[in-house]
Amino acid sequence: MATPKPETLFERPECAHNRAKTTAERRGGCAAATNLKPGAAAGGCAFDGAKICLQPIADCAHLTHGPMGCEGNSWDSRHSLSSGPELYRTGLTTDLSELDIIHGGEAKLHRAIGAVIERFDPKAVFVYATCVSALIGDDVEAVAAQAAKAFGRPVIPVDAPGFVGSKSLGNRLGGEALFRHVIGTREPAETTDTDLVILGEYNVAGEMWQVTPLLARLGIRVAATITGDGRYDAIASCHRSRLAFVVCSQAMVTLAHALQDRYGIPYLEGSFYGIGDTSRSLRAIVDGLIARGAPVTLRGRCEALIAEEEARAWAALEPYRARLAGKRVLLYTGGVKSWSVIAALQEIGMQVVGTSVRKSTAEDKAKATALLGAEANLFGQMPAREMDALFRNGGADILVSGGRSQFTALKAKLPWLDINQERPHAYAGYTGMVGFVRQLDACLNNPIWPQVRKPAPWAAGAA
Amino acid sequence: MARARSPANTKPYAANPLKSSAPLGAALAFLGMDRCLPLLHGSQGCTAFALVLLVRHFREAIPLQTTAMNELTTILGGMDNVEEALGTIFQRAGPRLIGLISTALTETRGEDMVADLRAMRSRHPDWQTLDVVPVSAPDYHGALETGWSRAVTAMIETLTEPGDRTRSLRQVNLLPGSHLGPGDVDELRGVIEAFGLDPVVLPDLAGSLDGRVPDRYTPTTLGGTRSEDVRTLGRARLTIAVGEQMRAPAQALHRLCGVPFAVYDRLTGLDGADALVVKLAETSGVPVPPALRRDRSRLLDAMLDCHMTFAGKRVALAGDPDLLIALGALVAEMGATVIRVVASTPSPVLARLPAQAADVGDLDDLEQALATDPGGCDLLIANSHGQPIAQRLGMPLYRAGFPVTDRFGVPHRVTVGYRGTRSLLFDLANGLLAHGSGPCQEVCHDPFVAPAVAAH
Repeated sequence: MATPKPETLFERPECAHNRAKTTAERRGGCAAATNLKPGAAAGGCAFDGAKICLQPIADCAHLTHGPMGCEGNSWDSRHSLSSGPELYRTGLTTDLSELDIIHGGEAKLHRAIGAVIERFDPKAVFVYATCVSALIGDDVEAVAAQAAKAFGRPVIPVDAPGFVGSKSLGNRLGGEALFRHVIGTREPAETTDTDLVILGEYNVAGEMWQVTPLLARLGIRVAATITGDGRYDAIASCHRSRLAFVVCSQAMVTLAHALQDRYGIPYLEGSFYGIGDTSRSLRAIVDGLIARGAPVTLRGRCEALIAEEEARAWAALEPYRARLAGKRVLLYTGGVKSWSVIAALQEIGMQVVGTSVRKSTAEDKAKATALLGAEANLFGQMPAREMDALFRNGGADILVSGGRSQFTALKAKLPWLDINQERPHAYAGYTGMVGFVRQLDACLNNPIWPQVRKPAPWAAGAA
Repeated sequence: MARARSPANTKPYAANPLKSSAPLGAALAFLGMDRCLPLLHGSQGCTAFALVLLVRHFREAIPLQTTAMNELTTILGGMDNVEEALGTIFQRAGPRLIGLISTALTETRGEDMVADLRAMRSRHPDWQTLDVVPVSAPDYHGALETGWSRAVTAMIETLTEPGDRTRSLRQVNLLPGSHLGPGDVDELRGVIEAFGLDPVVLPDLAGSLDGRVPDRYTPTTLGGTRSEDVRTLGRARLTIAVGEQMRAPAQALHRLCGVPFAVYDRLTGLDGADALVVKLAETSGVPVPPALRRDRSRLLDAMLDCHMTFAGKRVALAGDPDLLIALGALVAEMGATVIRVVASTPSPVLARLPAQAADVGDLDDLEQALATDPGGCDLLIANSHGQPIAQRLGMPLYRAGFPVTDRFGVPHRVTVGYRGTRSLLFDLANGLLAHGSGPCQEVCHDPFVAPAVAAH
C-alpha cells in the first residue's frame, strides 16, 4: 500500500504535542491512533474523521464503500454549510450486501461510481473505504484509478477504514487524500499576492462566513478553504497560494506541513474563537502575506479594522455584563477552545471554574493557566458521574460543552450551551463571540430554571 | 392490492439511504430493558454513529458501548475485546443486562459469539448477577426493524425459562415493533389493563426512554423490562405481537413455552384498533369497558370530521415496512391514495399495502419517482431525511419513523388504538391542510440553519 502508515501521520516533529514530550515518549509514538479501551471508549472512528474533513467539499459526490451502518447512520448529520451546491449533503453508499461481501465489492464499486456520475454529475467522486471493504480486500485505490479513466472524472480514494483508529487520525488521512490526489492537479485561473488557503475550517453553522468578510475587507483573497464551503477546483489549484492558515491545528497540521515541503507554502496556526485571538490571527496572516510579497500597507489597514471591530464587539458585549457577572462556567471542550473563550468570559465578569484540556497542546494548557491564575482547574476527561455530582452540588452555573455531555447538565437541571461540531450557532470572529455571549445569557437567564428546580408542591420542603 | 416489486432494485448504490442499520435497531431494543447497557461488537465508529442518532431522536442520554475493534483485533478475532469490554462495563456501570450485538465488521470475519461467551462466563464466576444476550445483527442484512426483531428473539431464546407451564389467567405478553415509541407502549398497556389483564411488555421503551428527569445519574438504562420478566414470559396465556417483525420472537416464545400468539400488522386505524379490543375482550371474558367504547365513538367522529381532507389526496411514504403498513393503510382507509411507497427492506407486509407502487429502495428513488409524477403529491411521510426532498418538491412532510431529529416529541406520540388513531388523524389532516392553505412552513425555512437544526 502506498498510503503511509497511520502512526507516521502523528509523527510531526513540530506538532506541539510532540514538542512537549520527552525523547522516550516521542519514540513511543502517538497513543491517539490506537489507544481505545473496549467497553470504555467514546468518539468517532477514522472513517468518521475522514468524512468530517472531506464532506464539506460541496460540488463533489461522497460515496461510502461499505455496509449500511457507516453511511446510513451518519449521512447529512454534519452541519457544514455551502453557499452553492448541495450535492455534498446527498448520502451515497454501495450498501454492501452479504453477497457482495462473499464475491468482493470491487465490481459493484466501479459500477456505483459510474452510476453516481451519471445521476449527479459531480466535479469529482470521493470514495471512502470502510472496515468491511478493507477486510474483504477491496482495492479502493485501484478501482478509483480505473474508474477515473473509464468515466473521465476525478475519483479520489480515501483509505480511512474505521478500525485503523480515531476520528483525529481520520482527519489526517482525509488531508492525506487531498494532498496525494487533488492538490496540484489544476492550475488556478488567476493568482494574487494575497492568496490565502485556510485549512481545518469546516464552516460549521457558517462560522467561516464570520471571518471571510474581514479578510475580504483587507483585500486578502481566500484562494481555497479546506474544506468548509469547499469547491473541488479551488482546492485542486490551491498549491499556488502564498500562505496557509491552519485553524484547527490538531487536525490539519500534517497537510499544512506537506504543502510547505512540496510547494513552499509557509503555514501559520491560529484560532478565530475569541476577540483577542481573532485579532492575533488577522495580524499573523497579514504579516505572513507581507513576508511573501504582499504590500506593506496591508498592516495599517489591518490595525484599523481590528481597532474598529474590537471596539464594536466590546460595546456589544457591555449590556451583558450586569446579567452575567459572577456566573460560574464549566468549559468542557478541548483544543484551542479550552482557553480561547476564557478571556472573553472573564472580560464580561464571568468566572471559569474549570476547563478541560483534552486534545489540548502544552501551549494551550499554558495559556489556560495564565488566564485562570494559580488555582486554575485544568482537567482531562471528567466521567459523567463526576460531572453530575459537581452539578448537583452547585459547582457551576452553566456547562459549555459538546453534545455528549448535554444531558449530564440538563438532567441535573443545569443550563447547557453547545460549543462543538453539531452546534446550531456560529461563534467565530468578532460577531461570533458576541453571538456566543448572547446565547450564554439566553441560556443562563431563561425563566425555566427556577421553575424546574423548585420541588413539587406536595413534596416535603415545598413552599 | 399492491404490486410489490420487491428487491428488483439493481442499482449498485443507495442515494439518500432510508435504512438505519440493524445493529442500531438491536441496540434500541436493549434500551427498553431495565439496568441494561447495549454493547456493539465493532469499531468504535459503529457505536458513535448509532449513539449520535439515538441521542438526537430521543433527546436523552443513551448508554451504548463499543468493543473498540481495530485492524489487528479484527483479523485475530475479537473475543478478547469482548471479554475486556464486558469486564469493564460490569465493573464500572454494574448493569443487570448487557446486549452484545455483532456488526458487519465482526460478522464478515465470522465469530461464534455464543460459544465464546459460554467459555468466558466460566472464567468469570463474579458475573453471576449479569445477563449477557448475544445477538447477530450484521449491518449488511435488513434494517432497523430487523435488528430490533433479532434482539427481542435473542432475549427470549437466551433468558426465557423454557417448558410448557401453568398459565397465568391474567398475564398477556406485548411485543411492540420498533415503529412504536414510548407513547404507544403506554397506550397499549392501558388498553390491556382496562380488561383486567397484566401486560408484560418486551421491550418497554416507555419505562426507560419516556423522557423524565431522574434524581440521580445512572450509567445504564433506568426503567424498562426487567430480566426477571423475560424469564417468566412463558407463563402468559397470550402473546400480542405488533408488526410483522415481531412474528419471529412470538414464534420463538411459542416454540419454547407454547404461549399462543396473535400477530397484528397494525393497531392503527379503526379496524386495527377493533381487532385488538375484540381479542382482549375474548381473552379476558370482560365486556369492552365504557371508556374504550367512548374512545371508539370519538374516533368515529374524528373520521367524520377529517375524511374530506383526505379524500382524493395523494400520499407517498418511506420507512421500515411495519411503519408503512400502519400509516399507509390508515390514509387509504380515509380516502387518500397511496401513490408510492419505498421500504427500507423487504417484508411480507409490503404485498398487503394498499399502494399503487411499493418498492424496496432509498429516498432518491422516491424523489425521482415523485418529481416525474404528473399527478403530484399532497403529503410525504418519511423520517427527517425527507425534509430536503419535501422542500425541493414543494410538498408538506409528516415526520415519522427513525430518525426524527428536527421535531420535538415524536417518540412520545400515540399512534395506536382508538385514541392514538384519532390524534394521528388530526396531525395528518393538519399536514394536508397546511399544503392546501398557502405556503407551508416546511417549504419556507432553510433546512440547515433554521429551527430544524436550532432545535437540538
